[in-house]
Amino acid sequence: MKRYFHKELTVLENKLILLGEKSHQVVQLALEGLIENNLDKVNEAYKMDDYVDVLEMEISHACIRYMSLRGPVSSDLRLLVVALKASKDFERIADEAHSIAQKSYRLLTTEGSLKNTLNLSEMGKLVCELVNDSISCFVKEDIDKAFLILKRDHEIDAINQKHFDILSNEAFRDEMSDAVRFNLMLISKSIERIGDHAKNIAGGVIFLLNGDQ
Amino acid sequence: MNVNFDIQEKQAQPTKPPKPVIKTKDLDFAYGDSQALFNISIDIFKKEVTAFIGPSGCGKSTLLRCFNRMNDLINSANIKKGTIRISNIDIYNKDVDVIELRKHVGMVFQKSNPFPKSIYENIAYGMRIQGVKKRSELDETVESSLRGAALWDEVKDRLNKSALGLSGGQQQRLCIARTLAVKPKIILMDEPCSALDPVATAKVEELIHKLKKKYTIVVVTHNMQQAARVSDRTAFFYLGRLVEYETTEQIFMNPKNSKTEAYVSGRFG
Repeated sequence: MKRYFHKELTVLENKLILLGEKSHQVVQLALEGLIENNLDKVNEAYKMDDYVDVLEMEISHACIRYMSLRGPVSSDLRLLVVALKASKDFERIADEAHSIAQKSYRLLTTEGSLKNTLNLSEMGKLVCELVNDSISCFVKEDIDKAFLILKRDHEIDAINQKHFDILSNEAFRDEMSDAVRFNLMLISKSIERIGDHAKNIAGGVIFLLNGDQ
Repeated sequence: MNVNFDIQEKQAQPTKPPKPVIKTKDLDFAYGDSQALFNISIDIFKKEVTAFIGPSGCGKSTLLRCFNRMNDLINSANIKKGTIRISNIDIYNKDVDVIELRKHVGMVFQKSNPFPKSIYENIAYGMRIQGVKKRSELDETVESSLRGAALWDEVKDRLNKSALGLSGGQQQRLCIARTLAVKPKIILMDEPCSALDPVATAKVEELIHKLKKKYTIVVVTHNMQQAARVSDRTAFFYLGRLVEYETTEQIFMNPKNSKTEAYVSGRFG
């Protein structure tokens, strides 16, 4: 039997999808800004974080409200638990993207072009795909795609490790300042963390769909 | 004096604060020497569902029954002080017509109590004693009341069958339909689902949600989940006192009073 308050869950789902899309957009802008040396995109990414924070708070409130007032069980309860966790992950994704934008701004305004530095382009493309897939596996209830995200996250981890090795290599010291290397390391780490959050969201979708932890 | 409770009010705008239709002020109520309510002041707002919760004997049903003077039927019951105003009329004024009041403030009880008559007659009964004889008018009200109580589709083909043949949940909705037939503005519900199974309870809750578009509803319930699901505001009573009265969201998510907190989280009661 469909209850009048079940539509609140639909509103919540839509809000979570919107949050996912906004987080994805922030990541895309921040990384494109960095890779294309485009300060406008970096600035735009920098500004979008507040909107994401507000959405995340709205979702948390809606989840806690529904849990307090509607007595959800089974798949409804799983959806709420996943929405609470996934919204936090999306918010953290946007935070990492915000941090990338901040560091990119510093790098682009002081060091000029970074086009050939590291493998950020591939890493960025991969992480954007993972974030996008984490949203679509939730929307389409696609458990296979969710499992695939868990596997693909390792590819990002491997690139990050490679970046760390390169940037900590003594031979590389002459090519760029410590500050630049440090910022690039942090950017690479942020991208890797975004991948981790996408993986968490995929794990949530698996829990939502089959109830397994 | 025949008091007209049917005061026309403009549709409230969403931005306007809610309008109280029942104003209870400093009410002390006793059954003989035993005081049941202490200094109760509470406003019930128009076209909202207000839930009264609290442990047994806390006075929630007593207060509910004060709103349509059902307590008048108990000899020892008396209001020691305070007032209850409905649509700005002091309902305990000696000039108030109690029958008229109860038409304006309908009531649904814990146990469904259909008359041992047909489904049709259960609804038409109240109108007949008001002197309505025209068949078309009766038919119209029976149908609209049953539709209003979300029962029409289930009983339209057996209106002349005994109401006692309906299931418990249907009987309770029939009683709600009977209440609607006399066109009240306020509906009081005293544990309306306590004798129903979960499916019938869900149907009555859906009905309550639907009815609040047209009526002001006050519901007494022991089921806190139900209060949380159906009401806009919740009042928590304890030992005859109103402990906390807030939006339902506030009461169940972050009550101010520690007793309310303990009660809604199942730590006592």
